[in-house]
Amino acid sequence: MTDVLHPPLDLAGEDHGHDEHHGPTGILKWLTTTDHKIIGLSYTVTAVVMLVIGGLFAEIIRGQLASPNGSLVSLAQYNELFTMHGSVMIYLFAGPFAFGALANIIVPIQIGAPDMAYPRLNALSYWLYLTGSITMLLGFFTAGGAANFGWVAYAPLSNSINTPGAGADLWIGGLLLTGFSAIFTGVNLTATIFYLRAPGMTMFRMPIFTWNMLVTAILILLAFPVLTAGLIMLYADRHFGTHIYSVAGGGVPVLWQHIFWFWGHPEVYILALPFFGMVTEIIPVFSRKPVFGYKGMVFATLSIAALSLGVWAHHMFTTGVVLLPFFSIMSLLIAVPTGIKIFNWIGTMWRGQIWFSTAMLMAIGFVVTFLIGGLTGIYLASPPLDFFTHDTYFVVAHFHSVVMALVLGGMAGLYYWGPKITGYLLNETIGKIQFWFLFIGTQVFTIPLYILGLQGMPRRMAVYPHDPQWQTLNDWSSFGAVLIGLSTLLFVVNIAVSWKKHPAGDNPWDAHTLEWFTTSPPPHHNFYRLPQIRSERPTWDYNHPEHRALAHGKHTEEDKGHS
Amino acid sequence: MPNFGVTKGVTTNSSSVYHLWQGFSVGAAIIGAFVIALIVYAVVRYRRKGDVIPAQTQYHLPLELIYTIVPILIVFALFGATLVVENKVVANPKTSVVVDVNAFQWGWKFAYPGSSAVVVGQTTQDPVMEIPVNTDVHINLTSTDVIHGFYVKEFNFSRYALPGVVNQFTIRAVNTGTFFGQCTQLCGLYHSLMFFKVKVVTMDQYTAWLNSFQNTGAAQASQTATQQQTSSHVQSKITASSGAN
Amino acid sequence: MKVEAKILLGLGLFFGLMCAVYWNWSLENAGGVMMFAAMLLGFLPGSYYYWWSRRMKARPEDDPNATQEGSAGVVGAFPGTSIWPFTLGMGAFFVVLALVFGIWFLVPGLALVVWAMIGGTAEGRRGGHV
Repeated sequence: MTDVLHPPLDLAGEDHGHDEHHGPTGILKWLTTTDHKIIGLSYTVTAVVMLVIGGLFAEIIRGQLASPNGSLVSLAQYNELFTMHGSVMIYLFAGPFAFGALANIIVPIQIGAPDMAYPRLNALSYWLYLTGSITMLLGFFTAGGAANFGWVAYAPLSNSINTPGAGADLWIGGLLLTGFSAIFTGVNLTATIFYLRAPGMTMFRMPIFTWNMLVTAILILLAFPVLTAGLIMLYADRHFGTHIYSVAGGGVPVLWQHIFWFWGHPEVYILALPFFGMVTEIIPVFSRKPVFGYKGMVFATLSIAALSLGVWAHHMFTTGVVLLPFFSIMSLLIAVPTGIKIFNWIGTMWRGQIWFSTAMLMAIGFVVTFLIGGLTGIYLASPPLDFFTHDTYFVVAHFHSVVMALVLGGMAGLYYWGPKITGYLLNETIGKIQFWFLFIGTQVFTIPLYILGLQGMPRRMAVYPHDPQWQTLNDWSSFGAVLIGLSTLLFVVNIAVSWKKHPAGDNPWDAHTLEWFTTSPPPHHNFYRLPQIRSERPTWDYNHPEHRALAHGKHTEEDKGHS
Repeated sequence: MPNFGVTKGVTTNSSSVYHLWQGFSVGAAIIGAFVIALIVYAVVRYRRKGDVIPAQTQYHLPLELIYTIVPILIVFALFGATLVVENKVVANPKTSVVVDVNAFQWGWKFAYPGSSAVVVGQTTQDPVMEIPVNTDVHINLTSTDVIHGFYVKEFNFSRYALPGVVNQFTIRAVNTGTFFGQCTQLCGLYHSLMFFKVKVVTMDQYTAWLNSFQNTGAAQASQTATQQQTSSHVQSKITASSGAN
Repeated sequence: MKVEAKILLGLGLFFGLMCAVYWNWSLENAGGVMMFAAMLLGFLPGSYYYWWSRRMKARPEDDPNATQEGSAGVVGAFPGTSIWPFTLGMGAFFVVLALVFGIWFLVPGLALVVWAMIGGTAEGRRGGHV
């Protein structure tokens, strides 16, 4: 392959000869930016703040559960705590981090685009997210306190008779804002990926992270409007005298659950797919091989998205009013594409040259933890097994295994792409210590919860006076939670210690995809020059032309007609 | 075979569910151990040695097909086993023993149609649902306000009490004894304290207990209640619902 | 553009099949309606892209042998700094607060929203900063 210096892309007549950008500075720059990198960074910072807030709620919960008749908080406060812990973590941290933070920064540079397709809409998404988060948290400052009906807000508990008060309405309002934020991001990601790829970057040469973000964006468009509609109907029941979800007026409370979970199940894949994508970028780089089974990965991602629209009522098995066998078989089947991904990650490492950077450790930790969470999910897909584990700590343990896996994946993404975004490496020694605290802490936190669930401990219990013997396992779980908290502290320490210390250079990891071809951080509109794109690893091809990917079975280095 | 954390329970269905749990667990343990072994092996065996760039293998179609199709087959086996147990658990054979269970914020009311037996209690009063052993007991479960969860660990079972809906299920206990139950679906302030008990007795004891209500009527119900501080909201619910259903 | 079209059409087809099976088997209307809508979300843009992909000229990003010169020139409009997203966001914030704290919040809320819509549209027509 010949050298790939080309004239820069000409964007709206702008001259790339000098990168000086005369524009607003300081806070006005932040308020008026439409640069996806700055917006993505804002999302990242806000999301990490939400993670810390949600984490503080978690530590208080663990404190309350440290003894059978805990009095750290009152019964009423406890209901607020777990509601807001779940709400902040899912609506305000995990979702926005998954599709607003790293995706915003990375997707355009992975496909060679100068920005997202709709930069101003992108900025609007961030402001809706920030104001939505503030709205939801404002509940704590009202007389009745924050929302207290669980992050799922089941009817009739969430109606105005059972939960009067502004906290619930602020919760609904916050979700209306963050919901539109997500929908606009979904539109932006889809348009960007469909229309702004660099020449030669066909759909099947996109990085798997970008594929996953495309499918996530489509899922957002499918699911979030449903939640928004359901929330508007809930608000109407609360304030406009409608009876959509109440028996007294001829409505059906279970309708809320159908609508909520029709959004709620795709939502968990909206959360998971971006992290699957991150890990699928990291494992190949640190195994020095291409991803194994690229097309299988794409197929698996599409299958997960398709199936995820058909499993929602597995959250409703115990209602007695849903079609059990349909949702059971669909939920069991969705394990298959996830399994394909796990085997492909192993296949990527197989016969590789693995080096254990912090990002790689976190990625492997993600795979192991997600395996555990995924296997326990299979039990829940069987209605007879779900009947007695539903609403117990077994379910809590299952989804915490899975979301802690996502946190490990998110940390992998931050350590991997942090240098690209900021231009500086994070300290690897601290990172590795952080990994061990996070990974071990996760298992120590979740495993006692599985056991407690099987011993009969229900969820959302402020006290457990009938079963003081549960205290030991609760205390072990809390110890795990402390380890997780310490790992977060180590992360903050790492950022402080590494601040502007070690410049990263364009490609510190000898990574494969297009974003590693540009500078760290990338310039305004992302690229001074682009390489020729002939595979899904344009930067690798440019740096290692004699080691381009092989078809299966061939162990020679010769490139036989690979286009 | 290990119990994998679950027990046989005290009903005919609970032991079917228990065996299904064991079957799933054997599968999960084998698959989990296999995959973790692969990961550990890969991570140890393929550690970086120097600066060599390994063969850039991208795919292997036969292998990928295997680990697509085999999991699908496993899934169908699990589904088949699920259906067998599920059909048993949701079956409602004809029986003469019927209990109407009414969940409310924050207690339980057990009424026995065809007799004047009514038991009602809230939070830590632990109202007791008495049922006969070795008999199909048909339960009609509903709620008068929000959604509650009827859960008895020894039954390996739970079901929502939904307002406006009567959920029907059948329990056939095989052991006598007293078993704890509690509400598992968040229902407001005293959700953590919404306890009840199920007392399984011989058929003779059950019949005698039912008949004892003929003489003293609904007053019997409040015998099971101890003095307890309650909000007026809850208090009015008890007086409203302790009459005929 | 063909791959993009096929993804959306494929999803639409899958949702349609799932809807047919589910709705007929369960006779449950909420899920049936939602799945039907999901099918439409796949078919509507998917069929547009399919129709368009057969008529458009080949794009460099669909050409596996494209060179960078192939896409020299204007790629798109990328409005640089703009105050209107923030303004619209604050307007939406106040509108939502009106749902909770009283209808008078709609005054600043709708004012900001309308101002942002006008300002943003005008900026878009002007071309905005780069």
